[in-house]
Order: sequence, then structure tokens, then C-alpha cells
Amino acid sequence: MLVLSRKKGQSIMIGNDIEISIVEIQGEQVRLGISAPREVSVHRKEVYEEIIAENRKAAAAHVSPDMIKQIKIRKDAGSGNTESSQNCEKTNEDKKN
Amino acid sequence: MQLNTKHFGVIEIDEKEILYFPAGIPGFENVKKFTLLGRQENDVPFFWLQGVDDPDLAFVVTDPFAINDNYYVDADDDEIKIIEAKDPERILTLAIVTVPNDITKMSVNLKAPILINMDNNKGMQVIMKNETFPVKYYIMEKGNP
Repeated sequence: MLVLSRKKGQSIMIGNDIEISIVEIQGEQVRLGISAPREVSVHRKEVYEEIIAENRKAAAAHVSPDMIKQIKIRKDAGSGNTESSQNCEKTNEDKKN
Repeated sequence: MQLNTKHFGVIEIDEKEILYFPAGIPGFENVKKFTLLGRQENDVPFFWLQGVDDPDLAFVVTDPFAINDNYYVDADDDEIKIIEAKDPERILTLAIVTVPNDITKMSVNLKAPILINMDNNKGMQVIMKNETFPVKYYIMEKGNP
């Protein structure tokens, strides 16, 4: 890995069109300014990793078409979400499958 | 063409039904071709995004707009350039469903929907930058037997 030292207000270029500048340094926190072409997606690494982890979990699920058919959901159902929850229907068959 | 699937054995699909994900799906970047299975079944809100290159890869997907009335996709045109979307009406939006062993904790990823341009069959997963919708949006009531 290339390691560079930069001061506040300085920046680095990646290729011709990606610039990362040091906007502010406060204790352990560094604020970065990123200017990149719009089609380059920029995410905090933990967000990207969270999506990868969730995708892997979704792909690994042991769920059969028969099982999925028996699951009934309702709009805006679900507690644990920020919205108020409503009832949702679920048959007891789910676990037997 | 014949397609080997995770749950439905070998089936016959029309090549027109193949979806191209130029960037793959995060975590599965090498799988570029998918197809939707089971979408025509009435009354079942879930269907499958089956990997064409990889028979073992199949996601359960659902319509996020049916899950949450307030749902919307927030993405710049440039972020979704890869699917060459011109008409928002022609974009099919899906959300990946995660089914853990404890089915009551089943959740839908509303933060990173799958977008498919129905005009050219190109698809991608977009990660929304805002915090409006969670990666895990629970769709079963907690403690439901």
C-alpha cells in the first residue's frame, strides 16, 4: 500500500479525475473531500462491506420455493423498523419446511 | 436455452429473459448474468433472482414498493449509468430478501435495491447514500409464532 503524508488543504490525485483532499483534521478524525466522476461510486467502506455481508447472507439462506410461498407479509409490517408495526400473517407451516 | 437452477432443477428459458449485471452484485462480482424465476406466480410476493453463470446462486427478491408504501429509490443518473436507464418507468426495482434460520427475523434490504432496465435487460445493485432505508427492514412481526 502506498502511504503518503498530507497536510490540511493538500490533496492527492488518483488517475486524472479523482481528487481526494484533506478538508479538516480534528484529533483522530479526518474530513476528506472527494471529487470524482459521478459514475465512480464512493462509499464509506463499512457501508459497502455491510451490503456485501448482507448479500452473502441472503444468498446462503436455506429457503425453498415451497417455504417462500407460505410466507405472507403485509405492507409496512414488521416491528424493529422505525415505522409503527402492523400485524403480519404467517402460517405455522414455515418452520416445518 | 437450458438453465441449471438452485431450486427448480434444469429448466428452459428464453435468452431474452437473461439479465446482464455488468458489475455483478457486491460480494458476487463474477456473476454477470441472472434471470428472474417465479415472478408470474400470483399471490406470492417473493420470487427469485437466479444466477445464470452460477446455478448455486439464487436470491429471494421482492417488490420493495409493496413492502413499504413510502419507499423510493434515491440515486443519481450517473450512479446508474451502467444500466443506461433513460426512462424511470422502465426500471424494475427489486429488494433482496434475507431469510435467516429464525424466519421471524426475515428482512428486506431497502438500502441497496436491485435496478433492472427493462429496455435492455441490464441490472445493478445501487447503494443509496442516505440513511432513509435500512439494510435490514424486518417484514415479519417480532415474536410471531
